[in-house]
Amino acid sequence: MSRTTLDLWVGFFVAVGLGALLFLALKVGNLASSSSGETYAIKAKFDNIGGLKVRGAVKSAGVVVGRVTEISFDPEAYLAAVTIQVDARYKFPRDTFATINTSGLLGEQYIGFEVGGDTAMLKAGDTIKKTQSAVVLEKLISQFMFNKAAEDGGKK
Amino acid sequence: MAQDSLVEIRDLNFSYDNRPILSGINMTIPRGKVVAVMGSSGCGKTTTLRLIGGQLKPTSGEVRVGGQVVHELDADGLYNLRRRMGMLFQFGALFTDMSVYDNIAFQMREHTDLPEVMIRDLVLMKLHAVGLRGAQGLMPAELSGGMARRVALARAIALDPMLIMYDEPFAGLDPISLSIVGELIRKLNDALGASSIVVTHDVQESLKIVDYVYFVSEGKIVAEGTAEEMKNSTVPYVHQFVWGEADGPVPFQYPARPYGEELMASAVRRG
Amino acid sequence: MRALRGLGQRANARIWRLGFASRFLLAVVLHSGTSLRRLDLTIREIYFAGVLSLIIILVSGLFVGMVLGLQGYDTLARYGSTEALGVLVSLSLVRELGPVVAALLFASRAGSAITAEIGMMKATEQLSAMEMMAVDPIARVVAPRFWGGVISMPLLAALFSAMGIFGGYLVGVQLIGVDEGSFWSQMQASVDFRQDILNGVIKSFVFGIIVSWVAVFEGYDAEPTAEGVSGATTRTVVTSSLAILAADFVLTAFMFTGT
Repeated sequence: MSRTTLDLWVGFFVAVGLGALLFLALKVGNLASSSSGETYAIKAKFDNIGGLKVRGAVKSAGVVVGRVTEISFDPEAYLAAVTIQVDARYKFPRDTFATINTSGLLGEQYIGFEVGGDTAMLKAGDTIKKTQSAVVLEKLISQFMFNKAAEDGGKK
Repeated sequence: MAQDSLVEIRDLNFSYDNRPILSGINMTIPRGKVVAVMGSSGCGKTTTLRLIGGQLKPTSGEVRVGGQVVHELDADGLYNLRRRMGMLFQFGALFTDMSVYDNIAFQMREHTDLPEVMIRDLVLMKLHAVGLRGAQGLMPAELSGGMARRVALARAIALDPMLIMYDEPFAGLDPISLSIVGELIRKLNDALGASSIVVTHDVQESLKIVDYVYFVSEGKIVAEGTAEEMKNSTVPYVHQFVWGEADGPVPFQYPARPYGEELMASAVRRG
Repeated sequence: MRALRGLGQRANARIWRLGFASRFLLAVVLHSGTSLRRLDLTIREIYFAGVLSLIIILVSGLFVGMVLGLQGYDTLARYGSTEALGVLVSLSLVRELGPVVAALLFASRAGSAITAEIGMMKATEQLSAMEMMAVDPIARVVAPRFWGGVISMPLLAALFSAMGIFGGYLVGVQLIGVDEGSFWSQMQASVDFRQDILNGVIKSFVFGIIVSWVAVFEGYDAEPTAEGVSGATTRTVVTSSLAILAADFVLTAFMFTGT
């Protein structure tokens, strides 16, 4: 095989290989969405984060607006401290309400932002004051059972 | 003597895994001469070549090529020395993934900055010398044994070496190729003003072309002299070797217990 | 007692060989100047290792992806979450199957060929001849083959994964009828570039080093006979396959735990 055909094939191979990498990065992975634009960090404290994980989604009105980047335990307040990177394109009022929700009955958990009416906006480093913890299924079930038992006891 | 000898081997010993291969070898290869090293298979002839080429290190003693002690050279010195040596391997050892042309151009491309036009002239010159200019485009797999040997010969002389070593150049060749290769060895040596060492067990062919002969048996030199002296030698080993006799100092039987004793032993066991 | 001693000797020989192989790898890396300076040598080996493995990699990738699509759909349908098919196919390919299966195929296609080629060059004294021509066979023969393998492997693994995702898409979306939008969007939402794709590329790069290292070493160390070369070729496939799987476990433990 002559040198030029060989070079041609190797060039073709390297090109399609890099093309496949690019396809994986852009079409399969979220390189395009995660690296586009700046983000700013805000904090939120929860009584209980349930099954929330790092890289979990932060949604407002169902649209992904940021990601959870760090979860730690605050030893003074005995609360879970969650750091969130929010897309710099989106601004939220100071009194935004952060809740931990579950997609579907058993799906992944994510943080939902419910927007308040304050005119001042959250800045980088701010902490969200109003939060609601994850709903723990076992607690819900046992609460329901106790109530039921109490109701039945009262009737007798 | 020291001035016109290219290779000097003094008290050379070499052992592999504590098994002695060569012991007390002394040889002198004068400039411009063709010297044969003969002996039966496995007597350490090829090892001698590898020691001269610096591929092996002697256990004791030394090999001097052009005044330099081979095993004391560092990697660069050794490579510089090897550029002035050519070696023909037993079955040619042509690079199977290159054409005949590229095989011969290999060393020129690796070691010189010559333009491709000049390399082409040199390659054709070498190929012409071995009579295979027409085969330049062939791959080694397409060559006959004799042709492959001639191409390997052309490759060995690619950089006009001062020393050419041949490892069994006659093995496995038909009679015509045999005499072609034999003649080439002599002619190329004289044309290049080089010195040659031919390691072989082909007595008849090599005695025609060489100036001096060393006979090696079991790692020792048992006889030396000119071709004519060897033909008339009375040393039993040399006589047996030159005239190709089946039995002699080199016994037909591999060392074993006495025949009768062994037969009796098996008969006793069976009974 | 004899059995114990035999075991000890075998283990001893293994460790001795590993040390020799490591020294050899070091020599190959140190003598890589020629293969980087004379790129045509390395390009030739990329052709033999990479381009000639393209067909087997592309076809296997497609089929593995299609099987993942079928099996994944079957399992996910039980939990009513078939729209997660894209996630399942892409994550399994990008994180595990792509690098590992591509490396196993590469070991048996290109690794064995490299061993056989170097082994035959040794058996026919070509390496010895090169040495006598003052050309270092490690720099001229071994290093280009090593780098050709190391460069080809990540590209092949990426092609395998891409082809597999395409296969999963064909079966899941085109054949079974999973919603195309959720197939891609769920995939993009849960495959992270750094965490998943970059780690996959790092894996395949490590596997490329392992396969190329084993292949050139076995070839260079082969007994210079026909049986020796065929034995070395078998050893290349066995050793590099085991090493790939073991290294995969270690790498996975480092990369994907804790999150």
